[in-house]
Amino acid sequence: MSDKVLMKGNEALAEAAIMAGCRHYLGYPITPQTEVAAYMSKRLPKIGGTFLQAESEIAAINMVIGVSAAGKRVMTSSSSPGIALKSEGLSYLAGCDLPALVVNVQRGGPGLGGIQPSQSDYFQATRSAGHGDFRMIVLAPSSVQEMADLTIKGFELADKYRMTAMILSDGILGQMMEPVQLNFGDIKQHDKPWAVTGTGCQREKNVISSLYLKPEQLEDKNRERYLRYAAIEENETMVEEYQMDDADVCVVAYGAAARISKNAIDLAREKGIKAGLIRPITLWPFPKQILRSAAERVSAFVVTELSMGQMIEDVELAIRCMRPVLLCNRTGGMVMTPEEVLEKIEKAYSIGGTV
Amino acid sequence: MVVFQKPKSLTDTVMHYCPGCTHGIVHRLVAEAIDELGIEGRTIGIAPVGCAVMAYDYFTVDMVQAAHGRAPAVATGVKRANPENIVFTYQGDGDLAAIGMAETVHSAARGENITIVFINNAIYGMTGGQMAPTSLPGQVTQTSPYGRDIQQVGYPIRVSEMLATLDGPQYIERVAVNNVKNVRNAKKAILKAFKNQVDGKGFSLVEVLSSCPTNWGKTPQQALELIEENMIPYYPLGVYKDRDLTEGVAKE
Amino acid sequence: MSQILIAGFGGQGVLFTGRFIASDGLMRGKEVSWLPSYGPEMRGGTANCSVIISDTSIGSPIVNNPDILIAMNLPSLDKFENAVVAGGSIFIDSSLVERKAVRDDVKSFYIPSTALAHENGLEGLANMIMLGKIIRESGIIPYETISKTMEEIVPESRIRLRALNQKAIDIGYNYRG
Repeated sequence: MSDKVLMKGNEALAEAAIMAGCRHYLGYPITPQTEVAAYMSKRLPKIGGTFLQAESEIAAINMVIGVSAAGKRVMTSSSSPGIALKSEGLSYLAGCDLPALVVNVQRGGPGLGGIQPSQSDYFQATRSAGHGDFRMIVLAPSSVQEMADLTIKGFELADKYRMTAMILSDGILGQMMEPVQLNFGDIKQHDKPWAVTGTGCQREKNVISSLYLKPEQLEDKNRERYLRYAAIEENETMVEEYQMDDADVCVVAYGAAARISKNAIDLAREKGIKAGLIRPITLWPFPKQILRSAAERVSAFVVTELSMGQMIEDVELAIRCMRPVLLCNRTGGMVMTPEEVLEKIEKAYSIGGTV
Repeated sequence: MVVFQKPKSLTDTVMHYCPGCTHGIVHRLVAEAIDELGIEGRTIGIAPVGCAVMAYDYFTVDMVQAAHGRAPAVATGVKRANPENIVFTYQGDGDLAAIGMAETVHSAARGENITIVFINNAIYGMTGGQMAPTSLPGQVTQTSPYGRDIQQVGYPIRVSEMLATLDGPQYIERVAVNNVKNVRNAKKAILKAFKNQVDGKGFSLVEVLSSCPTNWGKTPQQALELIEENMIPYYPLGVYKDRDLTEGVAKE
Repeated sequence: MSQILIAGFGGQGVLFTGRFIASDGLMRGKEVSWLPSYGPEMRGGTANCSVIISDTSIGSPIVNNPDILIAMNLPSLDKFENAVVAGGSIFIDSSLVERKAVRDDVKSFYIPSTALAHENGLEGLANMIMLGKIIRESGIIPYETISKTMEEIVPESRIRLRALNQKAIDIGYNYRG
């Protein structure tokens, strides 16, 4: 325990990024992610890095494109309305096959919304981060330790697959402190022969572009990219299972909502209801197969989320509506209590019963 | 003896520009500057959205194609990642002075050590001739069919004059490519804008008054004459800022 | 498991008190979490933070029903008194909160910590005086680990503050009210 330190989620994430070799951070202030920028502005200049506060979210993400094109690990962070502004750049990152780490510490929306924690950018992250056919790897930490661990993982995956990895966090995980161990062993670095670093008059020029005026070419490019996505779905899906061995009711939740759900599952088991949790750690790729096979074993599902119900659609799709799926949700920055989740578990159990 | 040849930094690809378009001239001037400074191997170009979107096909250097207006932000990222690289953007008036004005102004204010070549032909070329932020009062375009009505849509923006008010830039000059003398001046300005970066002096922008015969509905020759008659009076040529000069802002 | 809710005005050291308790727990090998309220309330309004100390891994970091409530002002007592679990404790800064706790199924402690801080030249350390009393009554921190925790969270550069904080804790610890 002694090598653990007490850190805020946002700070653990920032320190992990530095340990991953990220020396460039470009961002724009917005609550509740500002600690990431503040931490980077303090640390990066002292280790030969660059912290730049951009004139806008749009400029920030385009600076990220520039750094990434030049072959360096780079990140930006923001919160919901700011991520919306970055959507142009997220699409270009995809179209140019450039790696980047983008962090969304979610707050309530739509519009300016509020600043309290939320999970209402699930669709934005997994479906509609920008225009065109593309995906981002979406990682959903549920503890301060995971804020750090998944940051390392995010950089590695982004480089490996040449695409954006997004950390989809929220105000609770960003602001809370927990013990964290910042020891990651060997962190994979990737060669980037495609980067624009100058030809040195020694090699063919590198061009980084998302423009394909011939539709045949663009179709080929998109299909090629989706083959890569298929490999990611095959190899990179991550979940945590809690009390699932004998569960009759399966709660599905990610991030902060998953932690509240764990309390509710413990309460349910005290009352004799066998509940368990499947927590997607990757929201894309979504653990479709794992949920599908869980549907064979449990009688009902409860989806807990801090939104009007977004991930629930993926759960219903994944299990092909084989079982009833109940939603337990709060939104706008309100957070459900374990008792509210328990109530839904009890209701799900009364519908589904014992398997 | 070869008396005239293509600059080394230009590829053999046939350019897609319309007959009489001055993009070809400016591309050549950029390539000559790169050659003369011997920086081909460490130069990175940022292509815009607009007619020059495929500029990456014409230069032999590493290139990035940026989103509309974002070239200065992308250039900032590339330069900050590898400061030893020479980074230039090549942008038109819609790209630089409308959708990308924030990126333009702030990269200038930061004094980013990059070079911007700004093509001002007072019209959106690629999309078929719409009104630009630099279209002249009364100018007929596809989206100002009765002429640019300043009561309705306001006035053109003089980018060089505006940026020269900032403390950030090292060098701002407006040139034209409508005749041999002006092309020679443009060459000098572009060379200087690159040299400044090599010397670590900071943000340099050259505004190049250019023609668009196709969308202006003129012959190439008439179009060049219109630069002289209409453009230069509204957009006077000259050095708007040069920190090398003791007198500060000087005009020709 | 101890669930602690500390609430007061911004500037009363509510978040620091929570950090002290959490850091101490971590040092003793416990699972801990610390969650602040954030946003405009940081700028002069009410602030609160949730701290959990546990032998097993912590689910929700939000303390909805505290075992221990620390109310550094009246709005905090008004807001959270009913949330305290039966058999829990409420610690009240009686120099700022005029009323008594209404609940009779909880233990209530009244410490004029702001006044004590003022009398002892420890302006701004009412929170640590309060913490001293909590340590005495609740046992969430063994008295012996205080100085080590202090070294942990008060940096070398502010060494003078360690002694002042310790003094404040001792005043609270020894307060018989």
